[in-house]
Amino acid sequence: MSESIKTDVVIVGAGPAGLFAVFELGLLDIKAHLIDILPKPGGQCAELYPEKPIYDIPGFAKLSGQELVDALLRQIEPFHPTFHYGEMVESLEVLGSADAPLFRIRADGGQSFECKAVIVAAGGGSFQPKKPPVPGIEAYEGKSVFYAVRKIEDFRGKHVVIVGGGDSALDWTLNLQPVAKHLTLVHRRDEFRGAPHSVKAMRELVTAGRMELRLGQISSLKGEAGELASVTVKDASGGSHEIPCQRLIPFFGLTMKLGPVAEWGLNLHENLVPVDAGTFETNVPSIFAIGDINHYPGKLKLILCGFHEGALAAQKIYHYVYPGKRLTFQYTTSSSSLQKKLGVN
Amino acid sequence: MVKITYIDSSGEARTIEAQEGSTVMEAAIRNGIPEIAAECGGGCACATCHVYVGEKWVALTGKASDQEEDMLDFAYKVQPNSRLCCQIKVTPELDGLTVTTPDRQG
Ligand SMILES: Cc1cc2nc3c(=O)[nH]c(=O)nc-3n(C[C@H](O)[C@H](O)[C@H](O)COP(=O)(O)OP(=O)(O)OC[C@H]3O[C@@H](n4cnc5c(N)ncnc54)[C@H](O)[C@@H]3O)c2cc1C
Ligand code: FES
Repeated sequence: MSESIKTDVVIVGAGPAGLFAVFELGLLDIKAHLIDILPKPGGQCAELYPEKPIYDIPGFAKLSGQELVDALLRQIEPFHPTFHYGEMVESLEVLGSADAPLFRIRADGGQSFECKAVIVAAGGGSFQPKKPPVPGIEAYEGKSVFYAVRKIEDFRGKHVVIVGGGDSALDWTLNLQPVAKHLTLVHRRDEFRGAPHSVKAMRELVTAGRMELRLGQISSLKGEAGELASVTVKDASGGSHEIPCQRLIPFFGLTMKLGPVAEWGLNLHENLVPVDAGTFETNVPSIFAIGDINHYPGKLKLILCGFHEGALAAQKIYHYVYPGKRLTFQYTTSSSSLQKKLGVN
Repeated sequence: MVKITYIDSSGEARTIEAQEGSTVMEAAIRNGIPEIAAECGGGCACATCHVYVGEKWVALTGKASDQEEDMLDFAYKVQPNSRLCCQIKVTPELDGLTVTTPDRQG
C-alpha cells in the first residue's frame, strides 16, 4: 500500500461545492486534496446535466453545467489542488482532538490521507453503478457479478457476459475478449452509443467468430454459492436463451447513493448531515459539510448556497490549520497578498 | 388541462390534471405519483422516469429520439412501448393518456 498523503484538508466530492471550497481555502493558504468516485470533476453538473443551462449562478445569466465546471476549474487552478478520481472514500477515522484535530481517510483504492480538517461535499451521495433488478443478483456480487473491472485476471479463462451498449461495455468487451474463454455481449438493440471505432472492432470480432453478440435483456441467473453458471437472455420476440456465464458485468449507468458517509460518526437527518449554519461544521469538530449533503434551517439545495457555505467553512478551518494565528478579512479586488496567491500580481 | 392516468406496478391507477406544455414526468412529480424518480430532473440523463405508454397512445406520443433510445439502454425491462416520460410533452391530443410505471427505476 502507498504511503499516507499528508495535507491540510481533504474534500470528499468534487461537485461544484467541493471545487469552489478549494478557492476559498486557497485564499487562506490552506492546501486541499479532492477525492471523487467519478472519473471527472463536477458532480451532478457534469454527470447529470452537462449540456443543460443553469440560470441562477450569480453574475451569469446562463451557463451550462459543464461550462460552470470548466470555469470553476480555471478559477481554482492557482491553488493547484490534487484530484483523486475514481476513488470512493470509505472510512474516516478521528485521530486527534478538537484542539489538535487529525483525521485519517481511506479510499477504496488503498490510498490513505492524513489531514487537519475534512470537508464533506458529497452532494446527493456518491455516484455508484446501477444494479439491474435481476432476481437474486446480490448473491453473486463480488464473486461472479462485477459492476467495474478491477483485475483482468479475474476474467481469464472464464465464460464472460457483458451487458450494455455504451463505451464501458464496448471497451471491456474488447479488453476482455482476448483473455476470456468465451465472451458474449448482451445489448437490448442492435445500435450502440459507444465510439464508432469500438463498435466496428466488436462487430469484426463477432464476424470472425471470436465473440458473440446477443440482442435482448437479462431476465434470470443460475448458479450456486455465489458462483454463476448461466444467464437467461430474453429477446424482443419473447424467446429465451440460456448462455453459460461465470462472470457477468452489467453496465447500466450511475445513480446517487449516500454510501459510506453514513458510517463516519456524523449525525444524520434524513440522509443529510446537520451543520451549524454559521460555520458549516458537523457534530464532529473540524469535519465540515457543504453543498447538497448538509442540512440546517432554511437550507436550499442550490449551487450558490454551496459556494457561500464553502467560504464560511474555510474561515473556521483556518483556525484549525493555523491555531493561534489571526485571520484578517480581505478583498481579492484590493488585497495585494491575495492577488499574489492568485498569481495575478 | 390534460388528464393523465398513471398505473403503478401493482395495478393501482391515479388520474391527474396536467398542464399543457409541461412534461408527463413533471406532472407526475408535481402530483406525487410513485415509481417515477426523475433523478436528473428531465435532462434525459438518468432513465429513472421510465414508463410504458398505453397501447392506443403509442402512435400519438411518438417515437423516442436517438438520445432517449440511448438512455433507455440504462432502464430495465425495456419494451417496444417504453418511453422516458420527461421526453413526452403534454399536448391537448394526449388528453386521457395512460402510462404504466415499472416496479423499479434504478
Ligand atoms: C437536472 C438538475 C438541474 C439542476 N439545476 C440547478 C440549477 O439550475 N441551479 C442550481 O443552483 N442547482 C441546480 N441543481 C442542483 C445542483 O446541481 C446541486 O445543488 C449541486 O450539484 C450540488 O453540488 P455538491 O457539490 O454539493 O454535490 P454534487 O454535485 O452532488 O457532487 C458530489 C460529489 O461527491 C461525490 N461523492 C459523494 N460521496 C463520495 C464518497 N464517499 N467518495 C467519493 N466521492 C463521493 C459524488 O460522486 C459527486 O461527484 C440541479 C440538479 C439537477 C439534477
Ligand atoms: S428525468 Fe432523467 S431521463 Fe427523464
